[in-house]
Amino acid sequence: MKWNRIGKRRLFAPALLSALSIVALHAQQTMSATEIPQNQLVQPEQLSRELQTDPHATLILQVGSRMLFDEAHIPGAEYAGPGSRPAGLETLKNRVAALPRDQAIVIYCGCCPWNRCPNLGPAWRLLHQMGFTQVRALYIAQNFGADWVNKGYRVEKSQ
Amino acid sequence: MMLGMLTATSGAQEPVSLVHRPAPQFSLPDLHHARISLEQYRGKVVLLNFWATWCAPCKLEMPRFMAWQKQYGPQGFQVLGVSIDDSEPPAAAYADQLHLNYPVVMGDPHLGERYGGVLGVPVTFLIDRKGIVQARFDGESDLGAMEIKLRTLLADPAH
Repeated sequence: MKWNRIGKRRLFAPALLSALSIVALHAQQTMSATEIPQNQLVQPEQLSRELQTDPHATLILQVGSRMLFDEAHIPGAEYAGPGSRPAGLETLKNRVAALPRDQAIVIYCGCCPWNRCPNLGPAWRLLHQMGFTQVRALYIAQNFGADWVNKGYRVEKSQ
Repeated sequence: MMLGMLTATSGAQEPVSLVHRPAPQFSLPDLHHARISLEQYRGKVVLLNFWATWCAPCKLEMPRFMAWQKQYGPQGFQVLGVSIDDSEPPAAAYADQLHLNYPVVMGDPHLGERYGGVLGVPVTFLIDRKGIVQARFDGESDLGAMEIKLRTLLADPAH
């Protein structure tokens, strides 16, 4: 009887851990951009100014759609995978793993209106969980076309 | 992999409007690997919808598009989806799940650019029977207004 209970515990514990990690991953993947604290947002106009002053001071990562990135992105930005997908978060994690935790990072997406963006929240949370202290999210109200490109801020496109 | 930068542009700019211009032609594989060209729908009113599986507003629109395809298809109406997902499997799985009754092709950055910049989704174009773009709808659109427009195009012999 006793062994039976221990056996059940041995089976139950890994299953519980597995279930908890799935719940945690799901929670991470479903975090809304609206949950990112206001004081950790950067407006397009401000980021554009910063880039003109020192284009290399901040690592800029696009955490949304590869296709949108290839069509147009912020000069110097790198594609880091969609934050709404586990594979995307893995790409982001690998990209920043070796960086000092005080590296200035701006993440952006612009796929959808801010309150609908599925990518930014999970990416922001991952970076914070990894210990990065200088992470900001670019506030894009509607989409990258309307709030960056059409405003006349500089863009590049991939070949 | 990002292959390189072709351009860096700046300066406030309005997106190139395609309205009242010929719709850019394309021929792309659909989710079943059949070739789909816009030209094959000449003579029909076409609703061309750029979407992605991670785009919540897109998913709200698609059941309406399916209903319109069923209702207006016999009058010469055709919905054509363009997925901007990074890869085909998620788009194919979602199309199957929804039992989508219209074709979907996989987009590319060049197509988005030729359509005046698709830098956020959803984006929907209405193209008349002569292949002229008659309307562009960005973001979460007024589907009532879109339906009125498409009914006007279906009823107007000049279009």
